Amino acid sequence: MAKIHVTTTINGDPAEFLCEPHETLLDILRDELQLTGSKEGCASGDCGACSVMLDGRLVCSCLVLGAEVQGSEVETVENIAQGDKLHPVQQRILEHGALQCGYCTPGIVVAAKALLDRNNDPSETEIRYWLAGNLCRCTGYDKIIGAVMDAAADMRGEAS
Amino acid sequence: MRYEVADSVAGAASLLAGEAGQSYVLAGGTDLLVQLRAGMISPDLVVDIKGLDETRTISESGGAYTIGAAVAGAELGEHDTLGTVWPGVTEGAELIGSTQIQGRASMGGNLCNASPAADAVPALIAADATCTIIGPDGTREAAVADIPTGPGSNSLGKGEFVVSINLPSRPANSSDAYLRMIPRTEMDIAIVGAAVNLTLDDDGTCTAAKIVLGAVAPTAIDVPAAADALIGTKLDDDALAAAAAAASAAANPISDKRGTVEYRIKVAGVLTKRAAKIAYDRARKGSAS
Repeated sequence: MAKIHVTTTINGDPAEFLCEPHETLLDILRDELQLTGSKEGCASGDCGACSVMLDGRLVCSCLVLGAEVQGSEVETVENIAQGDKLHPVQQRILEHGALQCGYCTPGIVVAAKALLDRNNDPSETEIRYWLAGNLCRCTGYDKIIGAVMDAAADMRGEAS
Repeated sequence: MRYEVADSVAGAASLLAGEAGQSYVLAGGTDLLVQLRAGMISPDLVVDIKGLDETRTISESGGAYTIGAAVAGAELGEHDTLGTVWPGVTEGAELIGSTQIQGRASMGGNLCNASPAADAVPALIAADATCTIIGPDGTREAAVADIPTGPGSNSLGKGEFVVSINLPSRPANSSDAYLRMIPRTEMDIAIVGAAVNLTLDDDGTCTAAKIVLGAVAPTAIDVPAAADALIGTKLDDDALAAAAAAASAAANPISDKRGTVEYRIKVAGVLTKRAAKIAYDRARKGSAS
């Protein structure tokens, strides 16, 4: 079976790859393009560790075929810091110690940024529902929620 | 496995029909890829239908809506008017999965995957929704209620797929609601779902009702006895109690790790009552006007 040739945009740059029909976007990102920030947790769309933006929508890259992103725009966690400057979500996660093993963190960064790009003043409840598809087995979530609340305040330009 | 992108709805149908082996439709992929990776299915062909105008557009004409089968839940929720006219249909679709799943999962997929607990389906049946199906023999219309035939099985023939879901125009003073019970707060599968669609007269007396339960039988079930208990009333306590009793009587669930038969039967009545009250309040506020 011939591989499928896919041309797409990843983190603002043109990209192309060859994939098998059954390979997922997550497989391609990690194994072909060496973008290993996105993690495989459950591989069934439950845990959110593989979260990426696909044409402006937050999705689980484990539930997207590589072939599906032909002509699309993909943004991964690797594109969120601008050079050495961390995004407020990343900075606040660090400051709050909102991680232990860190495996879920890239997915949480992508998902939280997606929320704050739409709504920079979410309630705690809105954050908890938005991130319900990002499982963390270490923190108990409170520090993550606090970090996202503070990042939102940063993005609103409020001193904290 | 081959992967093909459909260039038209007719082209998709002919690809699906022309495959001698197992062919599957791909829309959001949130069920298909899980089944694929779990080894539950071994497709010879997957046809991606979500790049087509017919499957990805929400349109309104004379108060009736046509919703592309591959429109994602998040897109439904963001629509300007759908959530006002059909709040129950919209909230059912929006309850499916996480934010990530909402970015991809479609009502068409939820319908055809035919889970007894599908959250989008009870409110669609309560709305008397139909779907437009294309196949090798052309296009046909079918009631949404006639698509699922049991857990994981549907009535579509070889090469057929659902292109769009169609919601009828609404009389004045109409609204709907969908509630589900899950053991967690979010991200779980319904142990009971209840959809209520009501039309009232100007005095608030119910003139038409349809009540559909999910997750308490092999497919979602229409419960006319529960609807009849509301018609001609203003949803007083006696009418609501009668509707709840009828819903519980119609429930024929299984026990599993999420809930027992006894609990599901009880909750079917409770959710029916609560959803009916919500639909009633919405209709009184003229949300459909």
